[in-house]
Amino acid sequence: MPTADSTGATLPAPSDTEIRSRILRQAASIGLAVSPFALAFGILCAEADFRLIEAIGFSSIVFGGSSQFASALVLADGGTVTAAVVAGGLLALRSLAFGVVMAPALWGPFWWRAAVSQLMIDESLAVGALQTDLRWRRFGYLAGGIGVFVPWNLFTILGFTIFGGAGDLVTSLGIDATIPAAFLALLWPRLSDPKQRLIAGVGAVVAIVGAPLLPPGIPIVLAAAAVALLRPWRKQTSHLAGVS
Amino acid sequence: MAEANKSSSGCVVRNPLLTVLVLGAISYALKSAGPLLLGGDRTLPAWLDRTAVLLPAPLIAALVASSTFVSDRQISVDARAVGLAVAAVALWRKAPFIVVVLLAAAGAALTRQLV
Repeated sequence: MPTADSTGATLPAPSDTEIRSRILRQAASIGLAVSPFALAFGILCAEADFRLIEAIGFSSIVFGGSSQFASALVLADGGTVTAAVVAGGLLALRSLAFGVVMAPALWGPFWWRAAVSQLMIDESLAVGALQTDLRWRRFGYLAGGIGVFVPWNLFTILGFTIFGGAGDLVTSLGIDATIPAAFLALLWPRLSDPKQRLIAGVGAVVAIVGAPLLPPGIPIVLAAAAVALLRPWRKQTSHLAGVS
Repeated sequence: MAEANKSSSGCVVRNPLLTVLVLGAISYALKSAGPLLLGGDRTLPAWLDRTAVLLPAPLIAALVASSTFVSDRQISVDARAVGLAVAAVALWRKAPFIVVVLLAAAGAALTRQLV
């Protein structure tokens, strides 16, 4: 992998076919990893007496794992629409930052950008933004987004209609550990660069320390501010060769 | 996330459909602002580009950290941390992506069995 490190040690560039299949494998693995959560989401909706169409609405229209979970949980506990929207909205705030990150890779006509924006979630960002080349960021974003959208909705329906105890299944099979592991795997190549390691570390600390102190979702948005440590707006040598 | 259901029985005033529509609209506005306003054939100003390129590292690291060490807004070190540690070792040993993910699940599951 042509890593974005500043050590200058680059491996021979892999072929397009290799990169494409690597990204598709990543997207498929993440799609697989999130499926049990969609199953749990469907079950949650069924137990909260939502209608199937509402469960699907959450998974396709809202389409943002933690945001839809938070919102549906508020409703399930008897909360108001306003409370549910605020809970979900706070967790969706980060997609604003994701959009800024992905924008350069999402060139194309207005309608196309409007359509693919719906795929702006943690997973599409992780698969897309961590590729080095603009064109592979675009490909990774689409692969990650579609690779999650389809199973996410299928498993929501499955969970809703089957109605079982998959909430326990998620923890007893260790499935809740798969998503951080997958994200760490995508982040890994960047951690060989000391500067990126620094801001990643600070971001992680902010997310953990901020969790008990701030409303849900805010610490993750705040973590992005860690880039300020590097003062990237000043003219300087690029941290990332190959990304224009 | 998993301890979902204190399903309030009886007739509670709530409206999932309205929630979906309002939250969906807000989410979409947040998701699409970047691609619609900054995307297309326009190039970002250089300073913003240099900043945006660095954003994924802290953002993804924050997602890793919060999905591992946070539970119900409390800091918690549990089986997920073992899963993440196993994943880190696997990555250090250059294991393939899917192996990393599966080992993390196995590590967390095994920890829950033993503890």
